[in-house]
Amino acid sequence: MIDGFVAVYVFMLAAFVGNEIISKVPVVLHTPLMSGSNFIHGIVLVGAMVALGQAETDLGKTFGFIAVFLGAGNAAGGYVVTERMLEMFKTKKKKDVKKGEGDKK
Amino acid sequence: MSEYIPFLIKVCYFIAAVLFIVGLRRMSAPGTAKGGIVWAGFGMVIATVVTFLTPGMENYWLILAALVSATVLAWVSGKKVAMTDMPQMVALYNGMGGGSAAFIGAMELYKVSNGHAMSGIPTSLALIGVFIGAISLTGSLIAFGKLQGLIDKRYTFPGQNIFNGIFALAVIGFGIYTFSHMEAMNLWIFFGAALILGFLMTLPIGGADMPVVISLYNAFTGLAVSFEGYVLGNWAMIVAGMLVGAAGTLLTQLMAKAMNRSIWNVLFGSMGGGDSASADGDQGEMKEIEGADSAIMMAYAERVVIVPGYGLAVAQAQHKLWEMTQLLTNNGVDVKFAIHPVAGRMPGHMNVLLAEAGVPYDMIEDMEDINPQFKQTDVALVIGANDVVNPAARDDPSSSIYGMPILETDLAKNVIVIKRGRGTGFAGIQNGLFFKDNTKMLFGDAQDAISELITGLKEL
Repeated sequence: MIDGFVAVYVFMLAAFVGNEIISKVPVVLHTPLMSGSNFIHGIVLVGAMVALGQAETDLGKTFGFIAVFLGAGNAAGGYVVTERMLEMFKTKKKKDVKKGEGDKK
Repeated sequence: MSEYIPFLIKVCYFIAAVLFIVGLRRMSAPGTAKGGIVWAGFGMVIATVVTFLTPGMENYWLILAALVSATVLAWVSGKKVAMTDMPQMVALYNGMGGGSAAFIGAMELYKVSNGHAMSGIPTSLALIGVFIGAISLTGSLIAFGKLQGLIDKRYTFPGQNIFNGIFALAVIGFGIYTFSHMEAMNLWIFFGAALILGFLMTLPIGGADMPVVISLYNAFTGLAVSFEGYVLGNWAMIVAGMLVGAAGTLLTQLMAKAMNRSIWNVLFGSMGGGDSASADGDQGEMKEIEGADSAIMMAYAERVVIVPGYGLAVAQAQHKLWEMTQLLTNNGVDVKFAIHPVAGRMPGHMNVLLAEAGVPYDMIEDMEDINPQFKQTDVALVIGANDVVNPAARDDPSSSIYGMPILETDLAKNVIVIKRGRGTGFAGIQNGLFFKDNTKMLFGDAQDAISELITGLKEL
């Protein structure tokens, strides 16, 4: 079991990191970024796998099966959709320097 | 050997978390965006593979069956879906993630109801995870249905907001009761009620607000994943979930701000409810124009600003539009694209479409940059956009969209509006722009209308 306060610190730090990252994103990338972050919470899949792996009752197995199914759909679908959207940005060089907010720093 | 496996798993989860952060970071800049998703993808694969080694696992065939079937289904559907249908697919996959987190929470709490010990903090976080995960699941399904056209109207009734508010409080109250009386039946009622709440909350929300709603549910799912990660003691879930929770919340705020509405208002103040009286006064006649005449107007203009909206996405006309734009630029016309932050059904929806067609970034302008330029614009070409160019948002305090920033196309010398019919936009309010003297209506599907314009331009 995780120490409650350690978790609170991690929650806090991760929240700041998430905030920092997205605050610099240009409007062009909003949809792909939302899709990309949608993919990242597909990590719920690993939790679902463990939960199903440890399920003993029929009900647990049913719920676990649903959880893994939904989690895998989130991860796989999120990846494909994001990748397809970002594919369209690949060939173009970063010409949006004039946007100011889009560049690296 | 086997005593190293838990350590190996932790190391791999750590690597996955780092890859997610790096991936998200890279995705936030155009030059590195494509690589960003690949980094994150590696993290996901590493975490998934190593999870199979978790000690004390059974049901491997069940896990594999669910994993493979869902991956194949989602992969194929994600590959096949048209670019214009992306927003609802994001909503759908996001709902699946929220559902997964909710079911994990329900499983863990069900063990508690059978006498398995769990202390207060994880129990409460598991309950909260079930609550918001369930809302995210059914809410996202409704969002998917609305954008896909399966649910084509808003379901509203008098006192709905109050009813929803009371229902939400009742569910939360029952959650607190369940916390102290952890029995299977209470748990199911709580789970079911949260699912129903997701439906009820989303049904009255119109399509214009869907970007905000999808983004909000994306953040919800992130939080639910993070909380259930805590319950399971899974650091990768905690970090990745909270990352998305925070990023999604900020993105939601940015979007709501662009519409000058609070998130609370989007959720509980259904837009364009009944005040159809506003903006009906100043109507007059819409003036139609032929494609050929529109082409001439634009060809002899110095400066044309194109305002794309959802209608462009529906008609899949982005490639035609780019073809037309190139014809205009070859004629020496200065062409710019003006993007409203909430044009289409997601923020950046229009940017994605234009990027797909090959429009360079430097032709695309944000709302703040383009608005002062409309006065010097000869022709503003509005394609399938409505509420984001409605002057009522600026001029008419009684309008339900009053205060939302708009693209001030009505200040341009001439406006050509490509529109399928005479109906109102998603917000359900009349648009005074369409009745103005300098506005000409080119009725038709965006694809057909732009084809007409291209023909017209080529004949010049």
